[in-house]
Amino acid sequence: MAAGAASGGSATTDTYKEARTWLLLPAWVTLAILTLAPVAMMLVYSFLTKEFRGGVIWEFSLAAYDQFFFDRGLFGDEPPKIEWTYILIFWRSIWQAGAATILSLVIGFPTAYFIATRPESQRPIWVFLITIPYWVNLLIRTVSMKFLLRDNGPFNDFLLGIGLIDSPITIVNTNFAVQLGLFYSYLPFMVLPIYAAVERYNFSLSEAAADLYATKWVALRRILLPAVKPGVIAGCILVFVPSMGSFLAPDLLGGAKNFMIGSLIEEQFKGNAGNWPFGAAASMILLTMVLILLMAYARQQAKAENAEG
Amino acid sequence: MSSNEQIAIDVRGAVKRYGDFTALKKISLSIMDNEFFTLLGPSGCGKTTLLRMIAGFEDVTEGGIFLYGDEIENLPPYERPVNTVFQNYALFPHMTILDNVAFGLEMRGSSKSEARTRAGEMLELVQLSQFSARKPSQLSGGQQQRVALARALAPQPKVLLLDEPLSALDLKLRKAMQLELKHLQRETGITFIFVTHDQEEALTMSDRIAVMSAGEMQQLGSPTDIYERPRNMFVADFIGETNLLEVSVDNITDGRAVCHLGGGHELTCNEVEGVGVGSKVHMSIRPERLFMSDEPAEGESLKGRVKENIFVGTDITTIVDLADGPDFIVRTSNSDRGNKRIFEPGTEMFVNMEMGAARLLVD
Repeated sequence: MAAGAASGGSATTDTYKEARTWLLLPAWVTLAILTLAPVAMMLVYSFLTKEFRGGVIWEFSLAAYDQFFFDRGLFGDEPPKIEWTYILIFWRSIWQAGAATILSLVIGFPTAYFIATRPESQRPIWVFLITIPYWVNLLIRTVSMKFLLRDNGPFNDFLLGIGLIDSPITIVNTNFAVQLGLFYSYLPFMVLPIYAAVERYNFSLSEAAADLYATKWVALRRILLPAVKPGVIAGCILVFVPSMGSFLAPDLLGGAKNFMIGSLIEEQFKGNAGNWPFGAAASMILLTMVLILLMAYARQQAKAENAEG
Repeated sequence: MSSNEQIAIDVRGAVKRYGDFTALKKISLSIMDNEFFTLLGPSGCGKTTLLRMIAGFEDVTEGGIFLYGDEIENLPPYERPVNTVFQNYALFPHMTILDNVAFGLEMRGSSKSEARTRAGEMLELVQLSQFSARKPSQLSGGQQQRVALARALAPQPKVLLLDEPLSALDLKLRKAMQLELKHLQRETGITFIFVTHDQEEALTMSDRIAVMSAGEMQQLGSPTDIYERPRNMFVADFIGETNLLEVSVDNITDGRAVCHLGGGHELTCNEVEGVGVGSKVHMSIRPERLFMSDEPAEGESLKGRVKENIFVGTDITTIVDLADGPDFIVRTSNSDRGNKRIFEPGTEMFVNMEMGAARLLVD
C-alpha cells in the first residue's frame, strides 16, 4: 500500500486515493480484457465437452485432460495407460525451445556487448538495425528461411560453389532447422535486455579486474557476467517462453516429425477437425509449466538476494 | 637524488593523442623507488591519462614506459605488477569485502584459502576486519576507500597508482586519510603515484610533485620547491594563494633586478634567467611572506593603506591598497595575535618583505 493511503484520514489523502483508483481503472480494464478473460475462457473451455467439427458443448468434462495424459485404447474401454505421445511432444518443445534459447544467448550476448560498447551516439543506430528484419511479418520471414535453407536453395548452392561440401546438407525438416527458426524469430528479445544491462554496467570494474591480474576472459566470467545476469535471464525467459508455444517455425521448418506443443494446440482450433477442449487443456498445461518455471526462478532469485543480506 | 637510487617508473617522451587532440605532449619523468610521487594539475591536464598509461589502460602513442628498467608499455594491464586505487573505488559489488581483497591474490595464483588469509591481514591493516563478510554497498565511502586500498596493496605491487582516491570524501575524513596514506606508504615501502587536483593534498603528502597543465609538465620538484620557487605563472597561481603582479624590469645589477610595479612603486628581487631589462613579466609574492608596520622596515617596503581585514580562522587576510598601484593581500597568522598590531581599515602603513620573497616568473 502507498504511504499516502496508509496515513489515511485527511481530505488530501482521500482525494488522492480516489483519484488513484480512477486513474488506474483503464489499466485494470485493459489487463482484465486482454489477459484475465482469455485465460479464464481457456480454463473453462478445457473442462467442456467437445463438439465434432469444432466448438464446444456446455457440459462439464475431464475428457480433454484425460486424453492428454492417459491412453484408454481405441474405443476408450481399456484400463488407462500413460499416454506418451503428448508428453513427448511437450518434452520436445522444452528441448527445442531450450536449444533455441542457448543459440540466441551465444549469438545475442556478443551482439549486445558489441552494441553497448559502441560510442553512445552510435548505439541507437545499432539497436535500430537489429530490429529492421522484424518489420517483416514472421510468416514471411520463416517461409523465406525455408527457401534459403532447402537442399537446392541459395545456402547450399553457396557452400557447394565455394567447394566446402560435395552434396547439399539437409537442414529443412530437422530439429536444427526449427531451432534456427526459433532463434531467428526471437533474437531481439535476447539482445535488447542484455544490451540494457551491459550499457548500465560500470566498465571500471573490468578495469579493476584487469588491474588485479585477471585476463579478459576471467574478468568477463567473474565480474561482468554476475553484474549483467538479470539481463541475461530476462533475455532467456523472453526467448524460451514464446519458443515453447511457437508453431510457425516447427510447422514450416520442422515438418511432421518435429511437431511441437504450439502446433498441437494450433491444430485443435484450425478448420473443422479440431478438438477445442483438448486444445484449451494443452494450452493450460503449457501455461502452468511456464508459470512453474518462472516462479521457481523468482523464488531462487529471492533466496539469493536474501542470502546476500 | 643520489645516483644509486633506483628508478621505479621511467616515463620517456610519452605522447598520447586521441585523433587530433594531444592529451600528453612528450612527458619525461623518473619516479624513484619508495617515493611518494604526485601528479598535480587541474582537470583535463593529462595527469589521469598518464596514470592510466602506466597502469596499461591507455596505449602510449609515442615514447616508452619502464618499470624498474623493464619496458612495459606493450604489456596488458594484467601483466603489469602495478595496482590501482580507482577514483570511484570500483569494488566488485557482488563479492564480499574479503573476496574483493583476495581477488588479486587469487588471480596471481594463490590458493583460495591462502588468498583469504592474506586478505584478512590486509583488512586488519586498514582496520576493517569486522566488515569482511559484508558487501561494498553496506560500507561508508571512507570504508570503501580503505577496502580499495587494501585490495590494491594485497598483491604487493611494485608501484601503487592512486587516481584521486580521496576526492569523494568529506574534508575531515580526507585529512585523516591523507596522513594514513602517507604512513602506509612509509610502512610498506611501495612507490606511490598519486593523482590529484588538490594542491594542498599534494603539498601535504608528496616527496615530489609534478605540476601539469594542458598535457605538459610545468614544474617538477619537492613541495617546498614548488611552493617557494614556482617556475612560471601557472605554477605560482595554481599552488596556494599569491599576489601576482605585472611588473617591468627597470635594471639589473649584481644579480638583482629592480622592478617597477606601477604607481611609482619599486621592488628589488633576484634575477631570473631569461628576463632582461625592459621586459614585462609577472611577479609572485606569497601573502604570508609580507608583514605590515607603521614605519618602513628593513628590506623592501611599500607604502599603502588598509582596505579590508578578513578573519579566516587561523589567519587574518588584509587587503592593502598601494597608492596608485595594485592591491596586495597580506596574511597575518593569528598565533601570536596579542603581540601584533591590528591595522584597521583606512590606516596608512607599510607592507614589508625580505629580499627573495618576491619572485620573477618566466611566463
